[in-house]
Amino acid sequence: MDSLLREYLPILIFIGVAVALATVIVLASFLVARQNPDSEKLSPYECGFEPFADARSKFDVRFYLVSILFIIFDLEVAFLFPWAVSLGSIGLFGFWSMIVFLAVLTVGFIYEWKKGALEWE
Amino acid sequence: MIVQAICFYLFAAITVASGVMVIAARNPVHSVLFLILAFFNAAGLFVLAGAEFLALILVIVYVGAVAVLFLFVVMMLDINFVELRQGALQYLPVGALVGLVLLVELILVFGAWVAGPEVAQSIAAPLPLATNVTNTAALGQLLYTRYVYVFQASGMILLVAMVGAIVLTLRARTDVRKQDINVQVGRRRADTLEIVKVRPRQGV
Repeated sequence: MDSLLREYLPILIFIGVAVALATVIVLASFLVARQNPDSEKLSPYECGFEPFADARSKFDVRFYLVSILFIIFDLEVAFLFPWAVSLGSIGLFGFWSMIVFLAVLTVGFIYEWKKGALEWE
Repeated sequence: MIVQAICFYLFAAITVASGVMVIAARNPVHSVLFLILAFFNAAGLFVLAGAEFLALILVIVYVGAVAVLFLFVVMMLDINFVELRQGALQYLPVGALVGLVLLVELILVFGAWVAGPEVAQSIAAPLPLATNVTNTAALGQLLYTRYVYVFQASGMILLVAMVGAIVLTLRARTDVRKQDINVQVGRRRADTLEIVKVRPRQGV
């Protein structure tokens, strides 16, 4: 256990350095720079015009479909990693259990392909 | 060892604090960013518990995909969040009830762990020792053979999710013109072209 965590020590140090560096940069720009705000500087745009409407607007639900399908196949690939690592010790049964899993998801893949879910109009 | 304890308390404290901030932040985009922070710290806790594969999958799947989807919804969806937030207090009893149920479950698990520490030795499939195999290999040795039904059930759940997403959101738009390659290639000269002899001064 300890040797495992020791391997992660550099990552911890990197996270610490990143947090410290980010804090220093933000604080330095806050402290060193001249702060002299007025109402024009704080307005949304110093030139141009005010935004007409809220940035949030309705958009096509198709974007969700693409991202949900991405997440599903992402999870499928996540299952492949331990399988590939331990393929030598789980034998033929483990191999075929993954093949069945992949076949089930391939059925879904063919379904979405045939339904045209992957196409963009 | 002391570094491990410090890291545990740091990650746990940041996880709980960012969990509180998820529901307390005024801006929903900030809520999602705090959620991502909570995911990262939960990944740190997983690493401390020795589950490094789960930790990295948490970062890849939750931070990389699920949180991006949340951000997507929050930033683009046309919802008045100020109006939504005003009704938040009336859901407090239900939320408190769910929290209470979770607390009771945690107490039950912890109580069983304290009352019968020998139960841990008699679980169905003890994980291989961490010194022999890596964490990922240990997962793989159990998941695909011993827990094959659960594994196949997860495949079925993914299939249902895929079909459900398509059924719910896919609709054929009729107001756009699509390219149909079959029709284009199968077009023949006789269908579209007609040669008309035009005599002078007679018109078509």
